[in-house]
Amino acid sequence: MTVTAVRKDPVNLTLTLTAEFDATPERVWELWSDPRQLERWWGPPMYPATFTRHDLAVGSRVNYYMTGPEGDQPRGYWDILEAEPPRRLAFRDGIANEDWSANADFPRIDDVVTIEAIGPGRTRMEFQAHYPSTAAMEQYLAMGMEPGLTEAVGQIDAILAEDAVGAR
Amino acid sequence: MQVMPLQPATIDRVLGALADQTRRDILRRAMAGQEGVAELASHYAMSFAAVQKHVAILEGAGLVSKERSGRRKVVRTEMEGLRVAQRLLDQYEALWRGRIDRMTSLIEATKETDA
Repeated sequence: MTVTAVRKDPVNLTLTLTAEFDATPERVWELWSDPRQLERWWGPPMYPATFTRHDLAVGSRVNYYMTGPEGDQPRGYWDILEAEPPRRLAFRDGIANEDWSANADFPRIDDVVTIEAIGPGRTRMEFQAHYPSTAAMEQYLAMGMEPGLTEAVGQIDAILAEDAVGAR
Repeated sequence: MQVMPLQPATIDRVLGALADQTRRDILRRAMAGQEGVAELASHYAMSFAAVQKHVAILEGAGLVSKERSGRRKVVRTEMEGLRVAQRLLDQYEALWRGRIDRMTSLIEATKETDA
């Protein structure tokens, strides 16, 4: 497993995950900064994400939708608060209306990503989410969650096979 | 992994109670279940009445209860209320573990492509 630590604070509603990758910080940053790569991991297998607007500059807006098995397409957005490639990204994650305006009925999640080299070709990424309330947590989970979420193994194999075919 | 239904009124009470830093701190201390309201109040720069009010709000949300311990009444955290939040965090953990697995496989895939 690449996830090396998980902290959950049910009183403050924060989740912190630490993961390590055999890659440089620049490579890990690319997974966030390249929308085509981001699309390949942000959405769960049954709810792939499509990013229609993507720029990680401070003050920018990122828009995406997810496509569910029933054809439903819930929309989400990020407001970029801090961006220091390849080290730090902070954004507010919200749910968007049909016209991409922020859906004010849903409180937003504060996310902070920190990326640091821990050795040659080895990088640690910490992800921290601060959830506004348990009610909001349920609303977000309802968007783009399917039973057996952790069974992403089939999806991983598919990506690997596809990349091998697409290799130039 | 399905979200178990919660009563909306319960959610409102729980999140309202958790919205205050002093109340969150009281919850932490009351996990030990050894202090009464007066002892809890000694930790804060506010009146006994103010702390008593916070405890009452937590009690109303089902996050703490008062129980007899010998001659005293102690405030104890009700873990079930916290479990609601914990259960939700578990689901987000699963969501992020899935994401990180996919990030890892993307990195691995490009390495193979480069080789």
